Order: sequence, then C-alpha cells, then structure tokens
Amino acid sequence: MKPLLELFLAFARVGVMTFGGGYAMLPILEREIVENKGWATREELMDYYAVGQCTPGVIAVNTATFVGYRTAGILGGVFATLGVVFPSVVIITLIAGVLTNFADIPAVKSAFAGIRVCVCVLIFNAVVKLWKGAVPDKAALILCLLVFVLSVFLDISPIVFVLFCAGAGILFTRMGVRGK
Amino acid sequence: MIYLRLFWEFFKTGLFAVGGGMATLPFLYDISARTGWFTAAQLADMIAVSESTPGPIGVNMATYVGFTTAGIPGAVIATLGLAAPEVIIILIIARVLAAFRQNRYVDAAFYGLRPCSLGLIAAAGALVVKIAMLHPERYASTGVLTDLVDWKAVLLAAVLLVFTRAVKQTKKLHPIFFILASALVGVVFSF
Repeated sequence: MKPLLELFLAFARVGVMTFGGGYAMLPILEREIVENKGWATREELMDYYAVGQCTPGVIAVNTATFVGYRTAGILGGVFATLGVVFPSVVIITLIAGVLTNFADIPAVKSAFAGIRVCVCVLIFNAVVKLWKGAVPDKAALILCLLVFVLSVFLDISPIVFVLFCAGAGILFTRMGVRGK
Repeated sequence: MIYLRLFWEFFKTGLFAVGGGMATLPFLYDISARTGWFTAAQLADMIAVSESTPGPIGVNMATYVGFTTAGIPGAVIATLGLAAPEVIIILIIARVLAAFRQNRYVDAAFYGLRPCSLGLIAAAGALVVKIAMLHPERYASTGVLTDLVDWKAVLLAAVLLVFTRAVKQTKKLHPIFFILASALVGVVFSF
C-alpha cells in the first residue's frame, strides 16, 4: 500500500504545481519524479513524453500512468493517474461552485466578456506554436485546412476527422507524398 | 442516466483527442452542441479558468464541464471518463514501448493526426472568436455591416496579440496575467 500512496501523493504534488499542462509540466516532473523519487531517469521521462505525443489524451495523464506502472504495476498506474487529476477536481469544483453563484452580476459578465477575447488570442497563439510540428509539408497543410474548413462549416463529429486523418496519414506515407 | 452519458462522452474525448489539453476543445464543443448540457459561451469561460488554475488544462476542462452538467459527482465522473481510455492504452503499450514508437503505421497515422488536431483546435478557436467578437443578432436587427463586429473586443484582441507575441518583456508572461488584465479591461470599459 505504501508505494501506491507515495505515487498518489507525488503526482498530486505535480498536479498542484502544473499550470497549463503539457510542456509546462516537464521541469516539475523532473524535480519530483527523477530527482526526488528516482522513479525514472531523465531519458525515460523524455520517452514517456514522446509516447504521450503519439497516444490520445492529456499528456499529464499519460506520463503519470507510465511512471506509476513502471514503479508499481497496473495499480501503480491507476494511483499515479488519480493523483495527478485529484487537485484539478478539488480546485475546479470549488471555483466553479463559487463562479456559478456570481455569474449573473453585471461586473462579472463584463469581466468574462473581456476574458473571452483573451481566450481567442491564447488559442491563436497555441495554434501558431503547434504549427511547425504538425504541418511539415504540403500534404499535411491540405489536411489541416480541409479539417478546419469542414469543421467550421459542417456539423461533423471530430471523431470522424480523427479517423479519416489517421487513414490519410498512412495512405499519404505509402503513396510517398509525405515530406514533399 | 446523466452520469453514464457523461462518462461515455468523456471516454470518447479521451480516446480521440490527440495532442494534449487544447485538443479536447473541439470535442467539448461537439458535446455542447449535441447535448445542450452547457453553452459554447460557458465553455469559453471554462477555458480561461482552466488556464488560470493549477492542473493540466485538459483535466481542468473535464472537471469544469462535469461540474456544470451534474455537480460534484459529475466533476469526478467526467474526469475519470477522460482519464480511463488513456490509462488503458498506456498500460497496453507500456510493455511494447520501443516497438510502438518505431512502428511505421503508428508513425504514419500520427503524421495525419497532428494537422487534423491543429485544424480542429483552430475551428474551435473560430467559434470562440464568433462568441467574443461578433454580434450576429445586432447585425440582423440593424442590417448595418459594421454592427456585426464588436470593435472594442477587436481592439483588445489586437493589443493582446502585440503583448503576447511581439513585446519581448511581456510575451514570456504566464497566460494568467493576460486573462486577469482582460477581465479588468472588460469591467472598466463595460464589455
């Protein structure tokens, strides 16, 4: 039981100290998992990150499952994952509960109208940041634009796009249009 | 049975959202459009809160949506639903890590999935732009094209773009600063 509890607590600490997720989490993981606990080497951590990039889901959860599994088996994976999401559940529930009560105040409405403009800019910046890694050639550019346009104008589930593009990726690679 | 549906919707999100936190966004808009559990405008606010609080964005968003839909049990169930497929997938591939990473089909599929994810995020962003900066209902009533655009919002967006991308001293600042500043601007100039 002790290693499971330790995994839960260590990843709960990672969850609390992470703002934003993804790469923002890397230095915190390094300190907590590599330096303090010695559960993984720096190279292993980079491997987990690379796998997190090529599996579905949130990278923080993927990495937690990986380290937990390597340290204490399947239960270890489950406990580390529960640890990393635990702070979010507590903190967001508290904030959401409070905000719901204040949502109808005019000043709060104005504040969120301003915040929404900021969210547009943040998403735009995220798209720019992802661009280089996601769109290496013409075929990928066509896929990206196609998904964007169809998704804006038609009511299609994102799952359809994901399945279609996974197939297109394999087809393009086999046809040899990749990298051109 | 709202809890079961909530778990299932987030299970699908966790299974198909590729490329980290923001990638869950198009799936959440899809859930909003199909179920009506929460509005697109609420979702935009949730993004801001998720960026400004500790924890990975994807997880925060799931908790927030779950709470809005079905209270505290909803928050827990949505979060577990999001994490479940990821845990299962990682536990399966953890044994064959090297083979998985080097598999040419996995590599080829992700070559197609990355631009897909980007296109979906950009489309979700376009929806937030519509909510934050356009007034289609005002345009419909007056018929004046310049009434379609919320000029105050566009100006704020332009200023934010400059500070987050061009000004060396501010572009490395955490998003929370820009979110708080925008809230202040929203109150002061009554957005």
